[in-house]
Amino acid sequence: MPVITIFYYLITAFVVVMLGWNFWHEKKSVNDMILYLLVIVPLLLRILRVK
Amino acid sequence: MNKERTVKIVLVAVIGIITALGAVPLYRHRHSTMPFIAGPGVTKVIKLSDYAPTLKGTMGDIDVFVMEGKEPGGKALLMSNTHSNEPAGLLAMMALIENAVVEKGTIYVAPTFNASGSRNTKPGDGYPLYFDIPTDWGRVRFRFGNRDASPLDQWPDPDVYIHYPERQALSYVDVRNTNRTWPGRPDGPLMERVTFAAMELMRREKIDVAMDFHGAETMFPVTNCIVAPQKSAKIATMASMTVKAMEGFDNHVEPSPGNFRGLSHREIGDYSDALPFLMEAPIPFLDQPTGPKTVKLLIDGKDDFLLSLAGKKKLFVSYDETGWPMDKRVGQHASVALEILRQFSKKNPERAIKLSGFPRYAEIVQKGIGSFFHDPAKADPKSVYYE
Repeated sequence: MPVITIFYYLITAFVVVMLGWNFWHEKKSVNDMILYLLVIVPLLLRILRVK
Repeated sequence: MNKERTVKIVLVAVIGIITALGAVPLYRHRHSTMPFIAGPGVTKVIKLSDYAPTLKGTMGDIDVFVMEGKEPGGKALLMSNTHSNEPAGLLAMMALIENAVVEKGTIYVAPTFNASGSRNTKPGDGYPLYFDIPTDWGRVRFRFGNRDASPLDQWPDPDVYIHYPERQALSYVDVRNTNRTWPGRPDGPLMERVTFAAMELMRREKIDVAMDFHGAETMFPVTNCIVAPQKSAKIATMASMTVKAMEGFDNHVEPSPGNFRGLSHREIGDYSDALPFLMEAPIPFLDQPTGPKTVKLLIDGKDDFLLSLAGKKKLFVSYDETGWPMDKRVGQHASVALEILRQFSKKNPERAIKLSGFPRYAEIVQKGIGSFFHDPAKADPKSVYYE
């Protein structure tokens, strides 16, 4: 795997953790919870390498 | 359990279910196969990775059908589905593999040149995932793909694609476009490895003629034509004039621009001894101002918006109520390919390539391309290759 791809996986993982953290700590806004989940889906699939 | 946690669990479950429901058809599409029956003319089937080991085990590795004649002669490489949303070439190559017999010379056929692209789609345009071609015995189902390889197979994209080796700056998405990554390199991104393997095939096997079958919008000026560099221009012109005179359809010649890098009609000629030709058949489905992107539009090429635009002379091809059906597009590819081989053979008798059993334009339009496909269930299982 090229080095650049490894970096992209790391960046993706970082964004997934951030989104997950925000989702977990969101207390009131259901809209924001939905947005976090929608954004996290493709990134999570990428990390899990689901094809 | 507090209310907040319950809401979160429900949301995760709902979005998970919606994602799974959306993913199933795409997963099936990606993992479905298309049958290719090696007909009487196919003498062996090789892998593209035989010419570039770095392709082995990747989505870029494909079957190449080899059709050797009894007499030695010239050699040709025919590629289709370079862009997997332009399937007329694929159907023509399937008819060739199943029916033709090479009498002199050798023909290499790579019908699914961009296998990854055929497992991709364009959801923003509402592309269908499959299309069916009716035959005498049932229907053959084909995957309908996208122009570019799937990002599942080649990722990430760069901000700008710097072409190798000419270093021309191209659109980022062209790094996944097998008609921008020629001549490729053995250790580049996957699509560069695909084109490199094809270049190696051409260099090692001493290919004389290379053909790349495409489709282009009716509103795009480079449509309904043969794109050829200077070294192929004479043969392309003779083929164009002959099909016009003998078979009654237009297929003009467009020069391959010298400064536009990465295209098969440019790089194959510059980086090998082969004469490259890129065939463009009009495909109304790809035009932007059409109705819904349905299988019907893909097959019959009929669209009211294009008809209206034709009346305003906004199209680069003739267009009427009959549309631009698939059989016509496939037939054009078949006849132009045969004519290029004939013209090449006339000029180079010692390297002639002769074949029989491959239908021409009129026969395909009259009978339908499906009538040239055989039932894989009734074929010898050893001769059926699933891609």
